[in-house]
Amino acid sequence: MTNSELDMVQVDGLTKNFTLHNQGGIKLSVLRDINLKVKGGECVVLNGPSGAGKSSLLRCLYRNYQSDSGRVLIQHDGAYVDIVSAAPRDIIAIRRHTIGYVSQFLRVIPRVSTLDVVSEPLRREGYSSEQARQQAGEMLERLNVPESLWELAPATFSGGEQQRVNIARGFIRSFPVLLLDEPTSALDAVNREVVISLIEERKKLGTAIIGIFHDEDVRERVATRLLDMAPLKDAA
Amino acid sequence: MNQSHEAPLLTADNVTRYYGEHVGCRGVSFDLWPGEVIGIVGESGSGKTTLLNCTSGRLPPVSGTVQFATRAEGLSDIYEMSEAERRMLMRTDWGFVHQNPRDGLRMAVSAGANIGERLMAIGDRHYGDIRRTAGDWLGKVEFNIDRIDDMPSTFSGGMQQRLQIARNLVTKPRLVFMDEPTGGLDVSVQARLLDLLRVLVDELGLSAILVTHDLAVARLITHRLMVMRRGEVVESGLTDQVLDDPQHPYTQLLVSSILQV
Amino acid sequence: MDTIDHNRSENAATTDDYNFAYLDEQTKRMVRRSLLKAVAIPGYQVPFGSREMPLSYGWGTGGIQVTASVIGPDDTLKVIDQGADDTTNAVSIRKFFAKTAGIKTTEETEQATVIQTRHRIPETQLKEGQVLVYQVPIPEPLRWLEARETETRKMHALEEYGTMHVRLYEDITRHGKIATSYDYPVIVNDRYLMRPSPIPKFDNPKMDQNPALQLFGAGREKRIYAVPPYTKVKSLDFEDHPFEVQKWDQSCAICRSDNSFLDEVITDDQGGRMFVCSDTDYCQKRVAQQQREKTSNPGEPSV
Repeated sequence: MTNSELDMVQVDGLTKNFTLHNQGGIKLSVLRDINLKVKGGECVVLNGPSGAGKSSLLRCLYRNYQSDSGRVLIQHDGAYVDIVSAAPRDIIAIRRHTIGYVSQFLRVIPRVSTLDVVSEPLRREGYSSEQARQQAGEMLERLNVPESLWELAPATFSGGEQQRVNIARGFIRSFPVLLLDEPTSALDAVNREVVISLIEERKKLGTAIIGIFHDEDVRERVATRLLDMAPLKDAA
Repeated sequence: MNQSHEAPLLTADNVTRYYGEHVGCRGVSFDLWPGEVIGIVGESGSGKTTLLNCTSGRLPPVSGTVQFATRAEGLSDIYEMSEAERRMLMRTDWGFVHQNPRDGLRMAVSAGANIGERLMAIGDRHYGDIRRTAGDWLGKVEFNIDRIDDMPSTFSGGMQQRLQIARNLVTKPRLVFMDEPTGGLDVSVQARLLDLLRVLVDELGLSAILVTHDLAVARLITHRLMVMRRGEVVESGLTDQVLDDPQHPYTQLLVSSILQV
Repeated sequence: MDTIDHNRSENAATTDDYNFAYLDEQTKRMVRRSLLKAVAIPGYQVPFGSREMPLSYGWGTGGIQVTASVIGPDDTLKVIDQGADDTTNAVSIRKFFAKTAGIKTTEETEQATVIQTRHRIPETQLKEGQVLVYQVPIPEPLRWLEARETETRKMHALEEYGTMHVRLYEDITRHGKIATSYDYPVIVNDRYLMRPSPIPKFDNPKMDQNPALQLFGAGREKRIYAVPPYTKVKSLDFEDHPFEVQKWDQSCAICRSDNSFLDEVITDDQGGRMFVCSDTDYCQKRVAQQQREKTSNPGEPSV
């Protein structure tokens, strides 16, 4: 089976609550009984207003958030793995090889140059430093990040520049599953186009994409379908 | 899973250590796998340093076991082995980076001799080769190689710490224990050192157990995190998950207490 | 003790005031037990109950206690200090034993059965049956590296000696070669790291496979160690910086020797100097030998 025939991601009955112990033990419901299937080549866009839990769902899929119940099956190395119950070291392996995640904001590591930030996923794969940096440079060029910035650490970059560095890092490797959290929010039209074409290329490769796009045009262009989400009332 | 046939590098099972009536650590169990960095975070008195000392062979627990996958004999209880074997392990397959670099260096000999010592201790007898290897390692830790013959007392804290790291890594240990490795350093120096550690862990496939009170350090270089309070592990899991979605009240308190810059 | 033996020295009249060789028999027994253990474990430092001696620490109390414990009425004692029999210390110690033990003393290496030495091994090859007693200031070779006695004992027990090479590494780094020129560390019998006392490294090869029994006494530090006859003694070095002994451009000004340890002697205020054998007995013997050769061959030119 190719990726496009396979369910790369299968979410069953996913539920997520927050309990704020230091604020009187308030319980907040964020996700309740989410069901979703994504095949390779599809781009499912999470659709809903602010507070609907879109980001939280992506984080649950990446296991950045723990889920209270349900399953998240990811096709990894020829078998399904349930992210919700998998051991930490297996999650680390899955994040290395199978799921990529482009967060909304770049988490800046001090004093690491842009080129090194972007090339790191390749170096981890075993690419040589030169090759990794070369490919990183090509990606940055595509995203219109000027070469003068490549050796600088991104801490002082503008929001848009940081986002493009983040995107470059997220797209430098071809992951079978890609999670995108508002990748175009701070970009101008030119760069939005670049991101759209990157997404299209991945879809053709059979990547299963789940994303959040607040810009309607982008959503129209990349989505193969939408998952509607709405904010939950707090649990009693 | 392609990792399922691998075995853990170190297994701590129910490690407990008392100081008289006072609990050092109690009932701590975890597995450390090759290439993994585990962070132990907690405030003063949490027992994190006790746990580090128990797992690194420096402090026998009163109950529980610590087993290490030795090259020769596989999983062995580190407190059952002879002192000679344990000392050999500490000099070759393990590293220990102290918070204060002076505790981990020989201040009376040059930088090159500090790095070469472990090699000489395992029987290397060619001066030229030892010196060359020491020089290579100085390069790896971004140390000015011109200073290979200088005494550690002439180096800054950050340089001393990098020298301590090089000294530990020269025998290619598979496991490095670190006790607040950036604790005493200036913030800008910390950042550089942490990045160096991050890169080395990646490049050399090191496993590490790192004790810190600084959650930012944990986020930067650890894969998994254990949060300790009053001698017990209250929460453990993937570092980013523990910090972004803390479950235990104490962890939530800890995370919410970090000042934003 | 009552009969006068014509082998005894002229101070025999006063030997009645002291137990033989000054130490009481129990002490000698204790020292001998330590010596036996030391001989059984070549190079290993045996602690012993070092006694207060009638001279200060640093003047050879360890050597004297060892000598006192092994010497017997039929022994002949030679005492040298830096190779010479006639320095103040050598003379004092020799007189001490003559007085307290009434034994025969000599300056000739071949005639001695027991030789106590500070900082040199005699040039003359020693024979089986002879005992060489070294005076040792600091017995622990790892002391420079590790101040804790508990730790150095562990290092010896676990044969953790690689760090001794750190010292030699530093020498090469600083001076381009191993600069340690005396008290040069050795490995005895392929096992224990030992400090041979401050003899010049020139003498180190003499310790290897020596037919004589070599005993070492450190009075202040309260340690005894030994190298039995015909034991392997190897000086530490690096593969690319092998152990080398000192060499001189000059020969001895008195006996023309080319292969003995030479002392540099300043002869005048203008910086005049000459090199002479440090081993006075060896030097005199060579001169005497050359005299005999000259008189038996009167027509030959002197060497």
